[in-house]
Amino acid sequence: MSATSWKEPEVTEALAAEHGIKADEYVRLLEIVGRTPTFTELGIYSVMWSEHCSYKSSRVWLKKFPTKAPWVICGPGENAGVIDIGDNQAAIFKMESHNHPSYIEPFQGAATGVGGILRDVFTMGARPIANLNALRFGEPSHPKTRQLVAGVVSGIGHYGNCVGVPTVGGETNFHKAYNGNCLVNAMTVGIADQDKIFYSKAAGVGNPVVYVGSKTGRDGIHGATMSSAEFTEDSEAKRPTVQVGDPFTEKLLIEACLELMNTDAIQSIQDMGAAGLTSSSVEMAGKGGLGIELHLEKVPQREVGMTPYEIMLSESQERMLIVLKPGHEEEARAIFDKWELDFAVIGHLTDTGHFVLKMHGQTYCDLELAPLFDAAPLYHRPTEPTPEQPALDLDESALWPSDLSLADILAKLVACPDLASKRWIWQQYDSQVGADTRFISGQSDAAVVRVHGTNKALAMSSDVTPRYCFADPVRGGMQAVAESYRNVSAVGALPLAITDNMNFGNPEKPRIMGQFAGCVEGMAEACRVLDYPVVSGNVSLYNETNGEGILPTPTVGGVGLLADGHKAVGLGFKNDGDVILLVGETEGHLGQSLYLREILGLEAGPAPAVDLEAEKRHGTFVRESIQAGLITASHDVSDGGLQVALAEMAMASGKGADLAGLDGWHIAELFGEDQGRYVLTVKPSDVDAVEAKAAEAGVTLTRIGTVGGDSLTAPGGHAISVAALVEANESWLPAYMDGKLG
Amino acid sequence: MKSAVIVFPGSNCDRDIAVALEQASGRKPHMAFHKDTDLPDVDVIAVPGGFSYGDYLRCGAMAAHSPIMKLVKERAAKGVRVVGICNGFQIITEAGLLPGALIRNKSLKYVCRTVGLTVESTDSDFTKKYAKGQVIGIPVGHGEGNYVADEETLKRLEGEGLVAFRYAALPGQSAEQANPNGATNNIAGIFNAERNVLGMMPHPERAFDPLHGNTDGRAFFDSLVESLS
Repeated sequence: MSATSWKEPEVTEALAAEHGIKADEYVRLLEIVGRTPTFTELGIYSVMWSEHCSYKSSRVWLKKFPTKAPWVICGPGENAGVIDIGDNQAAIFKMESHNHPSYIEPFQGAATGVGGILRDVFTMGARPIANLNALRFGEPSHPKTRQLVAGVVSGIGHYGNCVGVPTVGGETNFHKAYNGNCLVNAMTVGIADQDKIFYSKAAGVGNPVVYVGSKTGRDGIHGATMSSAEFTEDSEAKRPTVQVGDPFTEKLLIEACLELMNTDAIQSIQDMGAAGLTSSSVEMAGKGGLGIELHLEKVPQREVGMTPYEIMLSESQERMLIVLKPGHEEEARAIFDKWELDFAVIGHLTDTGHFVLKMHGQTYCDLELAPLFDAAPLYHRPTEPTPEQPALDLDESALWPSDLSLADILAKLVACPDLASKRWIWQQYDSQVGADTRFISGQSDAAVVRVHGTNKALAMSSDVTPRYCFADPVRGGMQAVAESYRNVSAVGALPLAITDNMNFGNPEKPRIMGQFAGCVEGMAEACRVLDYPVVSGNVSLYNETNGEGILPTPTVGGVGLLADGHKAVGLGFKNDGDVILLVGETEGHLGQSLYLREILGLEAGPAPAVDLEAEKRHGTFVRESIQAGLITASHDVSDGGLQVALAEMAMASGKGADLAGLDGWHIAELFGEDQGRYVLTVKPSDVDAVEAKAAEAGVTLTRIGTVGGDSLTAPGGHAISVAALVEANESWLPAYMDGKLG
Repeated sequence: MKSAVIVFPGSNCDRDIAVALEQASGRKPHMAFHKDTDLPDVDVIAVPGGFSYGDYLRCGAMAAHSPIMKLVKERAAKGVRVVGICNGFQIITEAGLLPGALIRNKSLKYVCRTVGLTVESTDSDFTKKYAKGQVIGIPVGHGEGNYVADEETLKRLEGEGLVAFRYAALPGQSAEQANPNGATNNIAGIFNAERNVLGMMPHPERAFDPLHGNTDGRAFFDSLVESLS
């Protein structure tokens, strides 16, 4: 087929509606364009105005996040956030969702989610050093859950393992609210030299616009639009909108781009993510206040007969758009030839302020670029606050089922889907490539990876407790940031900044928009008090199926710095005889706790309160004690409360403990989820020093026991075998994936 | 000791092995690209892990036919030490430097974890600093590490003491858990008849630095340096 021109369909309001453009938006579009747009132009407007690309429902709220600190080099608005980690080095990171595609086609959806977030980071000049994932699935008994877990995990492994970036951390939860919409949030962290950071703002009229990477095919057309609508029963018919990933090409693209970045050839660069060539070219030229003209027949194509509309809307993976400085074309071409990747000059920057697309001499699009870039609809959607949850009214006898011993309760908790070992998942990820990995999830509260060639290390964690956010969006948002701060501090690192991945239901519903607004408010407050600004992020709305929304899930990806990675502390008990200390105060808050849900079958009560000043004080005390070499193990107290935190420290090490200090503690105190707490272990000779430090810092410290033996000796004389806990904790997920459990 | 590391498109442990070789020997390895048609004089050549050419065909099959492998085979025939790790083991086996094949893990899943290994033979330039029968912990990370060979080859490997490393249980593990991929006779690494070529699935470069929390791989590099300096 050698057609050189296409007769495009006539554009009508009905066709616009099929593109997800609402009637009032179409009126606005006609006003801006001043005529009926062409079919290609309509396609371009539809993706640029999609929720996914325009953030039209969330933008007004996202402005509330604090985004500045002396160590922030670049906040939200670029491909990823950039922070100063000293020695002229920068950490560049972002988290992004690939929820809708992963539900429709779990393997490729998750794989391309990893590929996309990697590109956001290396397009800025960073070599990726770590990947993390926050995964949320429906209840295990739902018929789709097992297949989604298998596909998503396999897709993440397929992509991350091949590109050679270690997957070091993350979290996996199950809840019925995700039955119709799983969440796949992928985070990449990279390292660059501060004088080699690349941005996407195009400059230089006449400069060549270059396309590199994979060829363009028909995959992924309308992916951004698909991700901007609710699901219905027939959503699986949207499988063709999911892209197909090629991690081998991505690996070559990383090496080629980083090699090119070592020359002086690049003026600006951006990856082609959602809405592909359209959003990359519009955003680059738009940021530079310029026009751009592209000749689409020059775009490397995988299929014959592609129309301008298809080329512009394709979401084929592993592609980048680069503006070169004049005269550097051959130098750049040689590098991409070496790595056997496509390289094509497809256009140039202009001073017309227009977005012009030609193919074989015929013009298919000639739009004023500025409004396309910055005049997307902006909605102040109505919000409705979440009603306050009534306080719990349960006495000790109602709390403790008479047929369960403390050992039974603990075994049941560590085997519940949210707390069960995720070894089955993380063993499928290469966590060690790069040979700089110190700790991965499960060994410590935050993953720790050394900055190559230095002693420095980054600590990284992903956190959110959606059940808290559902019960109380403000507290839940605050808690997500506080837990991230705690996890990063618990390994001894200084928390520096976060990326956020806001996953919510349909923003057109006031209750959902109220959840969004509340979570933003709580998060922003926590970021302010903890000096922990937001430097990048992503919003995923319309996570609903047949009108049922997910739990509000603002995932927080935190990054912190250790001056010496060797000083990082893990969570497993270390030495027999070490003294176990509890940092923080215990009141016994059981509202929205895992204990209530897993033991009593109740999802009730208010979310725990967060005292941000105490979080800061406690985190600083823990970090400084670790830096002073006084701490042998450290773990924050979160899901499941103190008793579960102790069990996790025992299971990670195989060592038991005598918990005499807990004698007389009630169920609510043992399993309550009061915030701001850590369990530390200290050599007996260092206890005095640590206690003196705590007194000076105004931190409550309680001695609760001693490490030793092979069981947790609980108050009241119960001994809970660590081996039995390990067995309970390790067996659930493999058995479930083998189809042996509901 | 002079060393070279081969870089294929899709190699991803090339830097890691180069760091370990440099730290152990004090000399920067030569990095050879897959299309290179010459190679400096070196004492040891490392074929690293990764996904050469994406491993979209059989693992290592494309790389085995790249220009650089012609040189690697020539040098191996002249007695230069060659070690293939993970994808490198697959590549040198595909290239005919070692017998047998590495097929899909029995679990059908990629596996990344620290495994126990028994050092079966210290009679080589790669293993002389270990004690015979010593159990060490070294990480693996692969989807196709299940070593198979015909009866006769296995008999010869076992009979001539050419099994270098065998999977072994770490404390608390069952014998079944010890073998991560279903490899025949728990074989994790083998020598050629001349013992100058070694292929192994585990990654000693990932258990080298105190930061790794385990330095059991250090003696592997020290053996090479002691033998070849």
